[in-house]
Amino acid sequence: MNALTTMMLLPILGSLLVAVIPNDQVLRIKQAALGTTLLVAISGVLVWMRFDSANTSFQFTQSVAWIPSFGINYAVGVDGLSLVLILMSVLLAPIVVLAGWNESEGGRWSAKVFYILILVLETMMIGVFAATDVFLFYVIFEAMLIPVYFLIGGYGSGERAAAAVKFLLYSLFGGLLMLASIIGLYVISGRNGGHTFDITKLSEMHNYMSSTTQNLLFLGFFIAFAIKAPVWPLHTWLPDAAASATPGTSVLLLGVLDKVGTFGMIRFCLALFPDASKTFTPIIMTLAVISIIYGAFLAIGATDIKRLIAYTSISHFGFITMGIFAMTAQGHSGATLYMFNHGFSTAALFLVAGWMSARRGSTTIADFGGLQRVTPVMAWSFFIAGMSSLALPGLSSFVSEFLVLVGTFTRYPVAAIIATFGIVLAALYILIPVQKALHGPTTPGNENLPDLNLREKIAIAPVIAVIVALGFYPSPLLNVINPASAHVLELQGFTDPTPSDSAGK
Amino acid sequence: MTTSTSLVYLIALPLAGAVILLLAGRRADKWGHLLATALSASSFGVGLYQLSQMLSRPTEERAVTQKLFTWISVGSFNIDAGILLDQLSICFVLLITGVGTLIHIYSISYMSHDENRRRFFAYLNLFIASMLLLVLGDSYLNLYVGWEGVGLASYLLIGFWNQKPAYATASKKAFVMNRIGDMGLSFAIMIAFATLGSVSFSGVEEASHTASQATLTAIGIMLLIAAAGKSAQFPLQAWLGDAMAGPTPVSALIHAATMVTAGVYLIVRSHFIFDAAPTAQLLVVLVGAVTLTFGALVGTAKDDIKKALAASTMSQIGYMILAAGLGPAGYAFAIMHLLTHGFFKAGMFLGAGSVMHGMNDQVNMRRYGALRKFMPITFATFGLGYLAIIGVPPFAGFYSKDAIIETAFNAGGIKGILLGSTALLGAAITAFYMTRVMVLTFTSPERWEKDQHPHESPWLMWLPMAILAIGSVSTGFLFTRGDSLVHWLSPVFGEHEAHEEHFLPVIVVSGLALTAVVIGVSIALVKYQFSDVDAEAPQNVSIFTRIARKDLLQDSFNESVFMRPGQALTRLLVKTDDKVIDGTVRLVGTTAIGTGSALRKTQTGFARSYAVLILIGAVALIAGIWVVTQ
Repeated sequence: MNALTTMMLLPILGSLLVAVIPNDQVLRIKQAALGTTLLVAISGVLVWMRFDSANTSFQFTQSVAWIPSFGINYAVGVDGLSLVLILMSVLLAPIVVLAGWNESEGGRWSAKVFYILILVLETMMIGVFAATDVFLFYVIFEAMLIPVYFLIGGYGSGERAAAAVKFLLYSLFGGLLMLASIIGLYVISGRNGGHTFDITKLSEMHNYMSSTTQNLLFLGFFIAFAIKAPVWPLHTWLPDAAASATPGTSVLLLGVLDKVGTFGMIRFCLALFPDASKTFTPIIMTLAVISIIYGAFLAIGATDIKRLIAYTSISHFGFITMGIFAMTAQGHSGATLYMFNHGFSTAALFLVAGWMSARRGSTTIADFGGLQRVTPVMAWSFFIAGMSSLALPGLSSFVSEFLVLVGTFTRYPVAAIIATFGIVLAALYILIPVQKALHGPTTPGNENLPDLNLREKIAIAPVIAVIVALGFYPSPLLNVINPASAHVLELQGFTDPTPSDSAGK
Repeated sequence: MTTSTSLVYLIALPLAGAVILLLAGRRADKWGHLLATALSASSFGVGLYQLSQMLSRPTEERAVTQKLFTWISVGSFNIDAGILLDQLSICFVLLITGVGTLIHIYSISYMSHDENRRRFFAYLNLFIASMLLLVLGDSYLNLYVGWEGVGLASYLLIGFWNQKPAYATASKKAFVMNRIGDMGLSFAIMIAFATLGSVSFSGVEEASHTASQATLTAIGIMLLIAAAGKSAQFPLQAWLGDAMAGPTPVSALIHAATMVTAGVYLIVRSHFIFDAAPTAQLLVVLVGAVTLTFGALVGTAKDDIKKALAASTMSQIGYMILAAGLGPAGYAFAIMHLLTHGFFKAGMFLGAGSVMHGMNDQVNMRRYGALRKFMPITFATFGLGYLAIIGVPPFAGFYSKDAIIETAFNAGGIKGILLGSTALLGAAITAFYMTRVMVLTFTSPERWEKDQHPHESPWLMWLPMAILAIGSVSTGFLFTRGDSLVHWLSPVFGEHEAHEEHFLPVIVVSGLALTAVVIGVSIALVKYQFSDVDAEAPQNVSIFTRIARKDLLQDSFNESVFMRPGQALTRLLVKTDDKVIDGTVRLVGTTAIGTGSALRKTQTGFARSYAVLILIGAVALIAGIWVVTQ
């Protein structure tokens, strides 16, 4: 059986298993969920090991007719880009389950429902990156909203219902625009070789479109992805959702689901509409740079730890978007690697911030203080996650952030120069909460907070290990990413600028 | 190029120490400091072995490399994790591990009462490893890893006692100001890659021969910004004084002998850029000259012994940067002063720590006095460092500083006269403020607070001080005998025509320098040794003294020009995001809900009204697209 399909089926089977376990056996339910996600993670690693990075076409493909009358197939396959994102998703899933062991308690519904939602979401996370049929992608893209909506609205905190609705409406709006564009594409394909939703065939269609058509269809996709990513000014749902969701849900939301936006920019915007992509590049670069600086300033000004992390992500997504549209090998590979690395550093930040908040009963940064001396392991974990977020050399995010910057600089020096100011702002938005929460005298009420327990240590250790390991040795991922990036750039007709001072010499 | 497989141990040994001590936690409290010291010493041993190997090879084969693995490879951007040990980096390796090990030994005793001593030693080892990576990386990007690594270690050590809010703020300030410098380094690397197609030292050097002057000037200026951040040079100097919040051994190792000199290393290592970019070179010289004066002036007004020494460090590094900006004639002298300064300033900082150790952590020199009698060894070792820094022959600073003053005069024309005079003036002020430190601490009458029982420090502390004092006495002579250091380094910088034209005869320059020293010392003696010193800092002082006490208003400037406007901008953006951007979204939302409510009157349920809205929208959009695609 196809490896990707198997990976998608496993969480479904796991959720069925969870469903039949009696409601009162909460521990069994959690163990079943953890076991399933671990199994999926292992199969993800196996797929990665068997992946042939020299081959730039889709691998592990399967295509089954789904709605033949519309030419819709269940079609999956991975290239370097989607493989890396699937790997990230399936590695984060068991960590999220383990780290948020008690997150399901205090929700509107039972623990059983919580884990069924998580497992169903995992299937969709794999599917959305693996889909090679545009319609299949769209269906999963929209369907993913449902479990997330219930995870935020049912198990979150604070204004969870309002945040969930805001998230849903924003996403539906974007999805709607994309649907319109997909139908447009479908119509065009019908007139040029037969109705299809196959991504490879559709990527020929731009040859048959007027530039206006291409621009409009491009915008339908891009706005959907820009909301998802999110790109300024379509970002205001994210801080609300992140502040209300459980830490584990936030990890999946910011770490995985938001990547569908930046993934979609590469897979669909660039591949389907190369000319429109070029047309809109100046605007998109501008929005990306604004996101970088704007997100950083809002993070500096944030007083709530979860909102702070959400704002840093807006800044980071600005870097990813900038790298994608810089259209250089370094920018592209850097952006893809950035997606992976951001998943892990944001996971570390959110999980530790979640533990801190759960212990203190508050997410206000000012309520913490002096934690380094009360809970050293928790404080250290937060610090390392923060260092990764500010892209300290030696940690994984540095490699990707620097690649994006250097790759952007060779083509768009002004954008890169402005973006580089982000590294000073990053120092501020990390070190300010570090100082307030971890340093200084112990704030009254914090003297007896317990440090991380064994389960939490086991959950955070692999995240930090990945952050450090990829900082020093990113080749295992870059080797997979590079050919895919080169392939995209080749299709777009871009070659890297040659060094200006060596030209002709 | 010769290759070696053992270079990596230089870095790996102390790095392993840091990792083991941090992961082992409290279990390592008993032996952590011993392991860290042993690993630092082993790294020094590897360094000595490498030196002996180097000496056994002919001059042109002395540089060795080791490629560990491919670090980053994307398109034409290929960076190896590679190590380069040449005549320049071996100087640093021995300074870092040698002085570093002495400071480890000192800290065993100095930090013995701190419950977090193990963590302190973990940070020290982390620092040694990062600093070695900085000077051993074979490309600018490898250097960058060490560059921020030392910044991290510095941050952790400045804030070692971060339960005090002021210390936590000091560590953050250092990191952020350093990041401004790091931005310069990032730009330099980006420009180098975009224009020269390489970021390795050898690649950039090769490409620099054919590069345009504009390119090299741009890279040079960016490297200078990086150097200014790390080396506390004007205008990025404001963090160094506050960095004295760290334990004193840290001030000795990081904020005197090694890390703060990394900027000098960067410029000297990039000689091929500056040699061909006169504008950038001129800026280097200016930054050096301004900072050496700036630091010296601040040093005259500080009553905190560590802050006085920090101002002095800033000033002395100004000398090194000045020398580095003077081109091939100055590189070797910049390194020579860097090495001699490493000995005498580290020794004096350890002496200051010894004084604090005996005086209940008092740092105010107005509360010292007469310690000569109670701490004879500290007095003697500090005194030798003092003689070295003010430039009394035959102590180390005499040789290295004179060489810089002389080279400055030889720069030629008005420029030479101005630079030479500045360096001379700096020497006079240095003599003044260092004599002030010496007199206030050791030889003037006692002005202690009650319950002080000054005593000499244990041997674990004074032994490193004594060894460093020997260095303060001897290194200048050793380095200049037969121009040994200049010859040693010449393969790195390439042979250049020795300056035949001397603006002034060597003996005259030495005479002028000594006169400057005598003037500075005399004024300080009259003012502090032969007059009464107030135990409280007098408040009715001139505006100049007040400004100097406030570090020439550096913080007021930064706060009013950058910090407060930045905070205002942050508040404005936070408000804009809530009121304008999200406000618009909420307005759309309330409008939709309003419409929904209206529709609800004719519909049965809430959910359906959304569905209707969505359906209407979908149909309208699809229709629109349909029209467009026809």
